[in-house]
Amino acid sequence: MNAPRVWNTLEVNRAERLGRARAVLGNQMQGKALPAARIADLLHAVLECGDRVCLEGNNQKQADFLGQALAQLDPARVNGLHMLQSVLALPEHLDVFDRGVASKLDFSFSGPQAGRVAKLVSAGKLNIGAIHTYLELFSRYFVDLPPRVALIAAEAADRHGNLYTGPNTEDTPAIVEATAFKNGIVIVQVNQIMDTLPRIDVPGDWVDFVVQSPQPYYIEPLFTRDPAQISEIQVLMAMMAIKGIYAEYGVERLNHGIGFDTAAIELLLPTYAESLGLKGKIGRNWALNPHPALIPAIESGFVESVYSFGSELGMENYIRARPDVFAVGPDGSMRSNRALCQAAGHYACDMFIGSTLQIDLQGNSSTATLGRIAGFGGAPNMGADARGRRHASPAWLKAGEEARRGRNTIPRGQKLVVQIVETFREHMQPAFVEKLDAWELAEQANMAIPPVMIYGDDVTHILTEEGIANLLLCRSDEEREQAIRGVAGYTPVGLGRDKRMVEELRGRGIIRRAEDMGIDKRMATRDLLAAKNMKDLVRASGGLYDPPKRFRNW
Amino acid sequence: METLNYRYENGTRTLAKNPQIVGVVGSGNLEVLIESAPLDGACTIEIKTAAVGFGAIWEAVMHDFHERWLLADARISINDMGATPAVVSLRLDQAVQTMLEDAR
Repeated sequence: MNAPRVWNTLEVNRAERLGRARAVLGNQMQGKALPAARIADLLHAVLECGDRVCLEGNNQKQADFLGQALAQLDPARVNGLHMLQSVLALPEHLDVFDRGVASKLDFSFSGPQAGRVAKLVSAGKLNIGAIHTYLELFSRYFVDLPPRVALIAAEAADRHGNLYTGPNTEDTPAIVEATAFKNGIVIVQVNQIMDTLPRIDVPGDWVDFVVQSPQPYYIEPLFTRDPAQISEIQVLMAMMAIKGIYAEYGVERLNHGIGFDTAAIELLLPTYAESLGLKGKIGRNWALNPHPALIPAIESGFVESVYSFGSELGMENYIRARPDVFAVGPDGSMRSNRALCQAAGHYACDMFIGSTLQIDLQGNSSTATLGRIAGFGGAPNMGADARGRRHASPAWLKAGEEARRGRNTIPRGQKLVVQIVETFREHMQPAFVEKLDAWELAEQANMAIPPVMIYGDDVTHILTEEGIANLLLCRSDEEREQAIRGVAGYTPVGLGRDKRMVEELRGRGIIRRAEDMGIDKRMATRDLLAAKNMKDLVRASGGLYDPPKRFRNW
Repeated sequence: METLNYRYENGTRTLAKNPQIVGVVGSGNLEVLIESAPLDGACTIEIKTAAVGFGAIWEAVMHDFHERWLLADARISINDMGATPAVVSLRLDQAVQTMLEDAR
């Protein structure tokens, strides 16, 4: 007869790990807290070779103390780790592979380290499982990639291990839940240990070890854009976006990408959009980080609510003073949640508008460039039609109607997905190309498919300085290609247009120029921006916004 | 530096007498002088550009500009410091629109 099957191997394994930690740290533990100097001993004790380890760090906050400790472990004792990470942002995130502590990676985004990721892949030191969107990666933590050990960051802990994650809660809840409820080990670095927390974001019995890091965790003010750098072309494109898309569809619920193109739109809401009588009709409810550029639109009453993926450095006091707008807890500080906000951006928003690096003739949009494996972040979930959505709104219905007009299909809506891009980027790099760099990158890095950020069949509008192409109204691949060429300016793709067909598409309203929308280009100056520099933003906030030093130029 | 010259003959619209200067000479920007001048009905454009090798794009940008506005007896001088076609077209359109309105 076979031996009876054991059903609690994970539980037993967890107890062994905790036992080893107790043996090594002994009386140095104070409740769940250990001295920072002993972090390497703790990691050597609880980690096993080949473990799946989730290191918290998004494009904003980073569990940097734990990440550095991990990178310095002895690869003779701990190796072959399978890293799970939202974002690879810091050098130590790659050092773990370079030193042989880790060998496999499932991730979402690697912006600043994309070049080094590509090098380590080709050197055979880093084996990529897959590149995901944030929501996709979190989802896998609960299905086939539960972490054995999670290394996370919080503002503060108490002696029971309860955590206060504050405004930058971000990815923490998803990671902790996936780990704690699969008998994994949760280790947290905190900026301080307190007797009483302002509020409890993570209950202490889901947390195993707490270490106060010598420095507060690193955080990047990723969503701060200095209005002084917004160009007149961006003002012109923002005018076209507001009049030709926001007003046209009555877009009330939306998400903006990162960058100066969308910052310009935010700064035109209280000026240009207000002059068109659009207050209360567009841009009311947002899934968005607390962009400082949104302050004038909030103050003027344009924006009614903002739910955030993370917070933004310097915005804390402003947020605290605007609890009707932001998700503020009983303690007065904001809570963010990246997983929930990604879901909100996907299902509860009528529009995503954001920039990109390359668009091809089918409208596929990619930020992949040769020699860099950068990943996606959240853009593919924001910039995709939510096929599972069932509730209607005027914007969603109008987009769906345009896509299905003249076709014998059951009525349904569609999300507006807008790519806003100047036809030439810096150094006269064309934003429109016959073939995306993503194809060559896929070949170089041995990927199953080219890394496309937003697929052409999800893109509804392309907006450039030359006008708007409404892809919903195109009825053939040829029309679609000419609509794209027709706003591609003087790039080779734009110069290759069939002029007669482009004029015909313009006659049908598929291509619209500024003049077709009744936009006076002479208004496209920086005078239209509700704030022209960082100081204007501070002033608009009534002195509540406190920009990070690097943005203070006065 | 590169100098490019274009001349278009079939224009119909004349500008106000007062010349317009728009833009600034700075990296990624350009300065444009537009003036009314007796040129037998032609519109001439002279471009001095710091970015060498973009003649084909300039020609296309100027061709479209002329088709948009059909200017006659107009002299346009451009001092370019690597502006994109987007900036070039916007500056020209802004200046011409003002001068045409002044001419009414």
